[in-house]
Amino acid sequence: MTTIPTPLKPAIRLRGFDAWYGDFQALHSIDMDLPENRVTAFIGPSGCGKSTLLRWINRMNDAIPGARSSGQLEINGHDVLGPATDVVELRRRVGIVFQKPNPFPKSIYDNVAFGARLHMKATKAEMDELVEWSLRKAALWDEVKDRLRSSALGLSGGQQQRLCIARAIAVGPQVLLMDEPCSALDPRSTASIEELMVELRESYTIAIVTHNMQQAARVSDFTAYMFLGKVVEFGATLDIFENPDCQETEDYITGRFG
Amino acid sequence: MKHAPKPALLADSAVIAKRTRSLAARHRKDIFFRNVCRTVASSSALVLVLLLTAILTQGLGSLNFQFLSGPPDPDPAIAGLWPAMMGSVWLVVLTLVIALPLGVAAAIILEEFQPRRVYLRRIHSFVQLNITNLAGVPSVVFGILGLTVFVSMFGIFGNGQEAGMEVGVTYFDQFYNEGDFILEVPVADQAQPVAEPVEGMTVFSYEGTAMALHLLGDDEEWPADPALAKRSLRTWDAPGRIQENSWWYFRLPFGRGVLAGALTLMLVVLPIIIIASQEALRAVPSSLRQAALGLGATPLQTVRQITLPAAVPGILTGAIIAMSRAIGEAAPLLMIAGIVFITHAPGNMMDDFTAMPLQIFNWAGRPQKEFHDLAASGIIVLLTALLIFNTVAVVLRQKLQKPLS
Repeated sequence: MTTIPTPLKPAIRLRGFDAWYGDFQALHSIDMDLPENRVTAFIGPSGCGKSTLLRWINRMNDAIPGARSSGQLEINGHDVLGPATDVVELRRRVGIVFQKPNPFPKSIYDNVAFGARLHMKATKAEMDELVEWSLRKAALWDEVKDRLRSSALGLSGGQQQRLCIARAIAVGPQVLLMDEPCSALDPRSTASIEELMVELRESYTIAIVTHNMQQAARVSDFTAYMFLGKVVEFGATLDIFENPDCQETEDYITGRFG
Repeated sequence: MKHAPKPALLADSAVIAKRTRSLAARHRKDIFFRNVCRTVASSSALVLVLLLTAILTQGLGSLNFQFLSGPPDPDPAIAGLWPAMMGSVWLVVLTLVIALPLGVAAAIILEEFQPRRVYLRRIHSFVQLNITNLAGVPSVVFGILGLTVFVSMFGIFGNGQEAGMEVGVTYFDQFYNEGDFILEVPVADQAQPVAEPVEGMTVFSYEGTAMALHLLGDDEEWPADPALAKRSLRTWDAPGRIQENSWWYFRLPFGRGVLAGALTLMLVVLPIIIIASQEALRAVPSSLRQAALGLGATPLQTVRQITLPAAVPGILTGAIIAMSRAIGEAAPLLMIAGIVFITHAPGNMMDDFTAMPLQIFNWAGRPQKEFHDLAASGIIVLLTALLIFNTVAVVLRQKLQKPLS
């Protein structure tokens, strides 16, 4: 598989990227450019390494004993993997949304303000403004504006996931990573998150892992089909879905395999 | 396989009739087993009820205000538990104040800061193994350890009985004159010999007023004026040296004081607190940690703002269980405090002390039946304290435990 040249400015650049869990090599020599202000979807069967790849982009794998990587991974020209990289600052620039909504057992307001408070000392008015902006951006403001002080755990699954997105964008990231963000949600909540992703694309570079082919087709601009730790095919979503180069990709997309 | 014949066990009625277990027998066994369990369970409860009844009938009679507020006495009719109760309060509070921060810190490092390097991970699991083992060490062993480490401090500060270093103490040379008055001379340097009375020297009354000493010879008449008598001494009057400890009196080595007792109990309860806190931290869903880390929280910020607050109910429950353990421990305290006749509540951390289990042990060991009754009354007080602790633990768990996800 070779790198597909894209006319768009690449935000995330991977060259010869390998990753291991102990002795098991989870990713083999990944070369990819994820373009800025676009949604890139990682698809592929379970265990193919798409979540691993996603979690390396903001180094969430650091906490896993035995997890290591080599090769090149850059975000907007900044090295991600090197010892000089401060993961705290990295994660501020690269937000992540997980599969299962995981709001803190705090109020809705405090959930959104949490990340911002980690990095900044702000006045009440500034924080109020930030919280409102983030909740509006995550299309949640109208639903929660009257109960900002009540527990986030009282929200529905879809609302919780949008809250997690609001929480992530409140710290001012450039990149948003989404690890199967809709797989724990009902179809209506899924639709609202998908709509949101398309809007957020204007401001953020988004990478999403999904098991849902239709979702990848609906929301992403680029798609990478991965299998056994390798990128089998990477290109514009339209091309991948309508005219895949590899038979394997076609088999997976059409449901004959996977 | 679609058209394979049914197996005999499902199709051949002769085989089925022969092989089927008796339904009645299965139900009979079921009921029998249930009754065995019921009997065993209720017999253990019965033992507890018997024990409580015995203690209550023996102890309630001597459980009165005099018993709760008085000091122990050779006369069982007026002997009380007050110094032991206060000793136990001092012990439990000090133990908890020392053990809780240590235990929670140990739990945090073990649960939340697991290292990635292999050799550090080995050290981690070695510490973990030791903590688990320490939880099973008999408490007498901790008593011996406490005696060496805390009471005498390996003899680094002298012989272990006298203070090698102390603060918060004032020494006086105290005279007791013919008119039954007490006169005190402050001691600046403890190495100096006791003060000798000199005409006009400054002395202090027992109440603390400064006076000029009036010295009388052998043959002189004792003054009739009480104001003068208050500051008079004979030339041959000799003082005794006494020490007055403030509430913050501190000495090294600790000696057989409350602090040494509390530190020893700390060793006993530390594994309990660490293990309980670890379990509480482990119960916090890792998705919350990931969320915080994903937003750019440092490990400290994650622990302080997310993990620790979520674990507080569990940690508090562990702390209260540790308190219950500490208040009932007798063996290590026997080695630290011994059976000394203590008639006052501790006034500072270095003070001699006794505790409820020690006092109960003391009374129970005497030949007179009256003292056995007192021991039973002491047990009632101790059990009441335990019951209160456990109730608080349950209530705290119910009240503070919130859903986390």
